[in-house]
Amino acid sequence: MHDVSSLPATHAHTPPTGFIRKYVFSLDHKVIGKQYYGLALAAVFAGMVLSWLMRIHLAWPAWPIPLLGKFSAVGAPNGVMTPEYYLSLLTMHGTLMVFFVLTNAPFAAFGNYFLPIQIGAEDMAFPRFNMMSFWTTFAAFLVMMASFFVSDGPPISGWTAYAPLSAVGKDAGPGLAMGQNLWAISIAIFCIASLLGALNFIATTLDLRTKGMSLARMPFSTWAWFVTSVIALLAFAVLLPACILLILDRVAGTSFFIPAGLVLSDKLQPHSGGSPLLWQHLFWFFGHPEVYIAILPSIGIVAHILPVFARKPLLGPRALTGSMIAIGFLSYMVWGHHMFVSGMNPFSANFFSVPTLVITIPATIMTLLLIGTVYGARLRFTTPALFCLGFISVFISGGISGFYLAQPSLDTYLHATYFVVAHFHFVMAVASIFGVFAGSYFWFPKMFGRMMSDTLGKWHFWLTFLGVYCVFMPMHYLGLAGNVRRYSAFVDDYLAPLIPVHRFITIAALLTGGAQFIFFWNLAWSRFRGPIAADNPWEATSLEWSTTSPPPFDNFGGKHPVVYRGPNEYGLEESGADYAMQTSPPNNN
Amino acid sequence: MNSGDQIDVKESRVPVGGEGRLPAAPVTASGVLRRPERSETGVWIGIAAISMSFAAFTSAMIVRQGASADWRHFELPRILYLNTLILIGSSVTLRMACARLAFVAGLGSEAPDAARKPFLDGIYWMYVTAALGALFVVGQVLAWRDLVAQGLFLATNPSCSFFYVFTALHGLHLLGGIGGLTYIIRKLSKTHGTAHTSGIGAVSVYWHFMDGLWVYLFLLLAMRT
Repeated sequence: MHDVSSLPATHAHTPPTGFIRKYVFSLDHKVIGKQYYGLALAAVFAGMVLSWLMRIHLAWPAWPIPLLGKFSAVGAPNGVMTPEYYLSLLTMHGTLMVFFVLTNAPFAAFGNYFLPIQIGAEDMAFPRFNMMSFWTTFAAFLVMMASFFVSDGPPISGWTAYAPLSAVGKDAGPGLAMGQNLWAISIAIFCIASLLGALNFIATTLDLRTKGMSLARMPFSTWAWFVTSVIALLAFAVLLPACILLILDRVAGTSFFIPAGLVLSDKLQPHSGGSPLLWQHLFWFFGHPEVYIAILPSIGIVAHILPVFARKPLLGPRALTGSMIAIGFLSYMVWGHHMFVSGMNPFSANFFSVPTLVITIPATIMTLLLIGTVYGARLRFTTPALFCLGFISVFISGGISGFYLAQPSLDTYLHATYFVVAHFHFVMAVASIFGVFAGSYFWFPKMFGRMMSDTLGKWHFWLTFLGVYCVFMPMHYLGLAGNVRRYSAFVDDYLAPLIPVHRFITIAALLTGGAQFIFFWNLAWSRFRGPIAADNPWEATSLEWSTTSPPPFDNFGGKHPVVYRGPNEYGLEESGADYAMQTSPPNNN
Repeated sequence: MNSGDQIDVKESRVPVGGEGRLPAAPVTASGVLRRPERSETGVWIGIAAISMSFAAFTSAMIVRQGASADWRHFELPRILYLNTLILIGSSVTLRMACARLAFVAGLGSEAPDAARKPFLDGIYWMYVTAALGALFVVGQVLAWRDLVAQGLFLATNPSCSFFYVFTALHGLHLLGGIGGLTYIIRKLSKTHGTAHTSGIGAVSVYWHFMDGLWVYLFLLLAMRT
């Protein structure tokens, strides 16, 4: 079964020997994938610490946090953060998580490592672009983090950087001078990196599939990365112009986004006639597809992993890929639902509401297909399988609140409350991260040649799964009770009674965050001490499992696999084994 | 022959040619399956992204013009008409270069004498194309100087802002095209056109697209500013 039917390679190239070429400026997609993963880990750690600081402040606003006081004497005098510094941390939490974690981990990291292997290629189509793509992302990360260390701190305009707040400069508040410049420059660099990465993914999928790897035989994860890269190519191509115009407004005195007659800090701003709504349109034209850039790879990863542990084929594979494509298409028609209360024409709100409700149809189809796959299966309850089930759960929990928010009449009330915070954290952030966890436990043996601890993995899963429900479920209630988001403390009469709920959420967030150290420890320990992994420890069918763990430099040891079947052949009753590798010839079941 | 060359190393990594793809790749006259060139795929994807960016700029321009009554019309510098002709001319010369180089590639390495003249002609027209491109960029800078002389700077009016943004970004992209042409000329000169001529198709698609993009931007600016 494991014999790879293969054609001799046309060219067996030698791996680089120097340390720098091998591990730092490497052209190897596998090293680049790991680099993206490492960067995402660093970013998620920073983002998590920021959320802890914000949660502690929300629950106990008067508590001093000594280290924070040392870190920023201006932002947190005596360790108690100012309302403005709360907004700075909020901005950085959102920015780091959306760009450097949710875009990098499921898409750039796993996609880089596994897309070429899953289609039987030796590397990406443009390895040099690939290396540039990572190092520009890294530069963007450094520029973003640098905003912590400039005199006025990080910007306070949120990860959406709404104009004119983001466009006017220091008169509007702390962080809006150099901090906001660094933000805009960092995101522009990130756009360029993402465009290079997306270009590579698309060209690789189109041009480098091995013999027999038709589009219909591509694994679902590869399909997801492919569709995501098309979305990313067109979305970041819009955010980049938006950032260029924003930077010009900030440093060159133009008036794209800044209206006339704006008085800030008793100073009339020297701009005229710009449109703040223009920024929102450009940003959300990128921003909504970005949501799918974050979630589609995780859906693909779960659809790839779930059949392995259900030991039966994924239900409706064509419907799944069709739904991914439909989501990719529709994701460009719904951006206005972020702007129902922005002051745009109310008729537009109805126009955007309809496709927003329509896009729930492919999303629901995918969810039902995943549930249908588990139905009646003798599931192997490994850690990756648990995280797949957890993904389905949180994706549904977050998705259902989307039905309400999609309707302008309800959104007018719920907009900018914790209901929205609960919605997007469940459906986009936690769901996507569960996909990343599933992928990590599933592919770690392939990436490092060692198994992760299943016991620690299960502890990690249950603590995280219960934890995220404790953190985000009560936020729906807060939102319905009218608790606005982005406030640094709740001192109004009607908000004060809600503080006990906030304290519960904060404790849950600290514990859930603490549970992630089990994962960090498991990663580090298993990397060196985990049991040696077999080539195909999960009895899976796709091409990455037909090579060694970890794969050699050219992925298949000087050969090219030949593919005879799809990735979905599990539960074959008539054969000896209950699955068939993509590489096993039809007469050799 | 040129095993150290970066593009050829990459080309040789292609797994099993076109026959692995389903449905089948186009078949050439000799019956061999034609492998789509990777660089050309890349350029088409890049063109999709660039088109999207300029579509975003265009919609920003239309929205900004309608947002308030401060839009001021100004007369486009005359030199832009000349620049446009130069750029269209460069597409023609590139076409001439490609026709000659395709002829040389068709001859293969069997008739080196018959190939020399068209090869040199092809390289000559490539140089002319790159020179016309450079001339266009210089012309655009002169157009900027014309505006500056009228007191129209980047932040003077949104119409000027969009003019500078469009011309600067298009110019930057065109400089990339000149870089691509230079790379191909150097590569061809090393191999005398007998080796695999990967990249010519990609650069030429890109160049013609830059030409078309400029004509679009020019018409847009002429109508709006």
